[in-house]
Amino acid sequence: MTAQIQQVVTGKQWSEQRKPAAPYLQVNKLWKHYGNFAALKEISLEINEGEFVCFLGPSGCGKTTLLRAIAGLDPQSRGEIFQGGNNISRLPPEQRDFGIVFQSYALFPNLTVADNIAYGLHSQNMSRQRIDMKVRDLLDTIGLPDVAKKYPSQLSGGQQQRIALARALATEPGLLLLDEPLSALDARVRLHLRQEIRNLQRQLGITTIMVTHDQEEALSMADRIVVMNHGVIEQVGTPEEVYRRPINAFVANFVGTMNLLPTKAASNHQVRLGDRVICCLTYKAKEMDSTWLAFRPEVAQLISAGDDKSTLQGDTRQLESFAGTVIHSEFLGNFLRVEVAMQNSDLSIKVDVGTQHANLQCCTPGQNVEVCVPSSDLQVYERYAGSSATNPALIASAGAVS
Amino acid sequence: MISVWNRNVNPADTVRLSKDDYIQRGVILIAVAFLFFTLLMPLSSMLVKSLQNADGDFVGLVNFATYFSNPVLFESVANSLQIALTSTFIVITLAFLFAYGLTRTCMPGKKTLRALTLLPLFAPSLLPGISLIYLLGNQGIFKGVLFGETIYGPIGIVIGMCFWVFPHVLMIMVTALSNSDARLYEAARVMKASPVRTFFTVTLPSAKYGLISASFVAFTLVITDFGVPKVIGGEFNVLATDIYKQVVGQQNFQMGAVVSVVLLLPAVFSFIADRLVQKKQVAMLSARAVPFVPSPHKMKDRLFFGICCLVVSAILLVIGMAVYASFITFWPYNTALTLNNYNFEEVGASWDFYFNSLEMAAWVAVIGTAVVFFNAYLVEKGRAFEPVRNLLHLMAMIPMAVPGMVLGLSYIFFFNQPGNPLNFIYATMAILVLNSVVHFYTVCHLTSVTALKQIDSEFEAVSSSLKVPFYATFWKVTLPVSLPAVLEISVYLFVNAMTTVSAVVFLYSSDTMLASISVMNMDEAGNTASAAAMAVLILVTCLAVKGTHWLLSQKLLTVTQGWRNR
Repeated sequence: MTAQIQQVVTGKQWSEQRKPAAPYLQVNKLWKHYGNFAALKEISLEINEGEFVCFLGPSGCGKTTLLRAIAGLDPQSRGEIFQGGNNISRLPPEQRDFGIVFQSYALFPNLTVADNIAYGLHSQNMSRQRIDMKVRDLLDTIGLPDVAKKYPSQLSGGQQQRIALARALATEPGLLLLDEPLSALDARVRLHLRQEIRNLQRQLGITTIMVTHDQEEALSMADRIVVMNHGVIEQVGTPEEVYRRPINAFVANFVGTMNLLPTKAASNHQVRLGDRVICCLTYKAKEMDSTWLAFRPEVAQLISAGDDKSTLQGDTRQLESFAGTVIHSEFLGNFLRVEVAMQNSDLSIKVDVGTQHANLQCCTPGQNVEVCVPSSDLQVYERYAGSSATNPALIASAGAVS
Repeated sequence: MISVWNRNVNPADTVRLSKDDYIQRGVILIAVAFLFFTLLMPLSSMLVKSLQNADGDFVGLVNFATYFSNPVLFESVANSLQIALTSTFIVITLAFLFAYGLTRTCMPGKKTLRALTLLPLFAPSLLPGISLIYLLGNQGIFKGVLFGETIYGPIGIVIGMCFWVFPHVLMIMVTALSNSDARLYEAARVMKASPVRTFFTVTLPSAKYGLISASFVAFTLVITDFGVPKVIGGEFNVLATDIYKQVVGQQNFQMGAVVSVVLLLPAVFSFIADRLVQKKQVAMLSARAVPFVPSPHKMKDRLFFGICCLVVSAILLVIGMAVYASFITFWPYNTALTLNNYNFEEVGASWDFYFNSLEMAAWVAVIGTAVVFFNAYLVEKGRAFEPVRNLLHLMAMIPMAVPGMVLGLSYIFFFNQPGNPLNFIYATMAILVLNSVVHFYTVCHLTSVTALKQIDSEFEAVSSSLKVPFYATFWKVTLPVSLPAVLEISVYLFVNAMTTVSAVVFLYSSDTMLASISVMNMDEAGNTASAAAMAVLILVTCLAVKGTHWLLSQKLLTVTQGWRNR
């Protein structure tokens, strides 16, 4: 949804249906080994001109390694990278065409803001005047016209990061790489800068890759998200695709919050939870036995046990309901996140209840309730013994912010 | 064959090299070659020499057999160990108490006391020896304190060593005791542990590695020092003086090489042990530790103030005595003050020696700082080429394990070979400078690496993305940012070059006679007052340089305050 709006605004040629002949950046079967450890396992990826792509994943998933391989800072062990049709796989970083911004800003502390921004321009044989003009333009662009004479340490973190951005853009690179640029900032500054970076990127139309472990950041900024885990790409898609149709349990649980209930496959459109058969419209039986039944907290609705289901929204005939007891509820501003212990099992379900209209009485701990989920919103994923997705708590702690 | 090789090779290594890479790798190789020819080759030629007879024929371990079967020579090993262990024990105890006072009590005058303990660093190790002669020697003021024992021998050596090694050990101790986590003390208090129990369960364990490390440093410094036993050792032989006697006295270079190898062993052993311990210490302190802030305690504060004052008075007494003695006409018969002792020409020495020392120290400071810091930059911030960079780092660590006497003697063996194309620098100022740079390399290297580690590791990545060559970023950013460390290194080199005796004692010529060596020679010739005068001159010069450095640093801080602080 957001992604489509962005396409209209920027007028980019890129779209899912009509791919241009050659992508701007092409990563082909990339491997990276550190001793016996493979940090990247045969990564292939295409990024189009003008696109804003986020590499998203828990720490240690290889996202930064991939970014640094694209920059040439830590060259890959195997595989190829093409940028603008040229094979850059073997080029040292100074012969590649990119600008980079780090989490630490990496601004030169002994140089003024203006000198920092002009740092790369001096090697381009530009005249003093043109450099000064360029620096002023860039400072205007990032909205800090008055800081040219200051030193980085005299600026706030958010301002420093904008200067770092201006410095990276000064040499007009074809590719902008952002390595967790917002992670060191306060929450409020972070939100603000998100929009600012996005706007700037759209305005300049520069192909951009951002590494982040913050799924909210990725969802709000990216044209496409590349979800990574353990050195492989789990899913590539628009924010909406990744959120609405996660391809597996890992993505489902890492991007946003997901209830995952261990189930067994039954037949087409049906899985078995304990001795109960649950109808799931999107599910087509495959050759697997163990599955996850998944749904987001916001698609579920909560009613007191025994209440009339006809008051619920949607088609009441196609609801699956789970009886249980409220254990606790967490107030999160515009909604309550209620945790419900399921009857006759040690599983629990999270349900988001809007604070505006809902019947909040049933949300107090100890209440017997029913959790109702439309069958069309139920999803089923493969479940492997020992896979990280079998332990949702572990994934959640690895960086998912809900 | 080639195809097999290609398949196995890591393609990352086949990344095309830029001009930057070639320059960088070229410089790294030059740096490795530098240490190879100024450190490894001399050392190996010394090892070879120890296996040869006087005619240069290979004789295997015969020299070692001769050495160990000679009771007089072998006795030195026991003597050296005895001196080293005793001095280490005393100095560690004193330094621990002192450091405890500085870090764990609220005693007054901490800064002044701390500053005064640094004084011995600025004097040659010959100075405490000379001073002790005046204080406790046959004509000494406090001769009675010794109850008839002579100061010329183990007693004098141990006292002199304690004086000279104290500041080195104190620095490590203070660091070790500062690395304490206040939360542990709070936890101990909450659990109602007695102060004594807290001391043994919290304080001592957290300072454990510092204590061990300081012990090794003290042991190495004592066992390799030449100045103190030379002046006050009398008939009591130790390894360091044995080398000198064998080489300079008896011209027995083979035996000198053998003793060097013997002296190298404990130094290398304690160096390796120290490195292992320090690695552990790094892991001990968590980044989230809360620094300990002592609270006032009348008794304790007074007790430690007393102890610290005693130690500082002893240091001041030793230095004060040397200064005083340098102005005395003829000790102890004519105590009228005079400047005559500073007229070195009268005793066959010369002010030229002093200026030679100044010249050498200046060169060492300039060249040494440039070489060491840039090499450390390549080690720490270089790109790829890791095996060679690690090799350079390893080589930079070796000088610390090599006693000055051993290095100096190695230089004779290597550079004085007739076939050596570098032979021309023998007996020139150049070899003195080169030798001193290598001798003090490690500490400077470690200081540089520490300073460089504090700089954002992404500067190099940013500049390569901006197409700015690494040397430009080094010049424009890295060097200015590290200027305080660079200045510190240069002062360290200057002071050490001014005060050193051990390595250069084999390498000077009549044209390049140095002040510190002339102290030794004048003392040997019985001109103790002039020796004291020259030693004081060195001390004053070093203090002046240090003072200038301090003023300069203050100035620098104000100038660069704009970007250093908020």
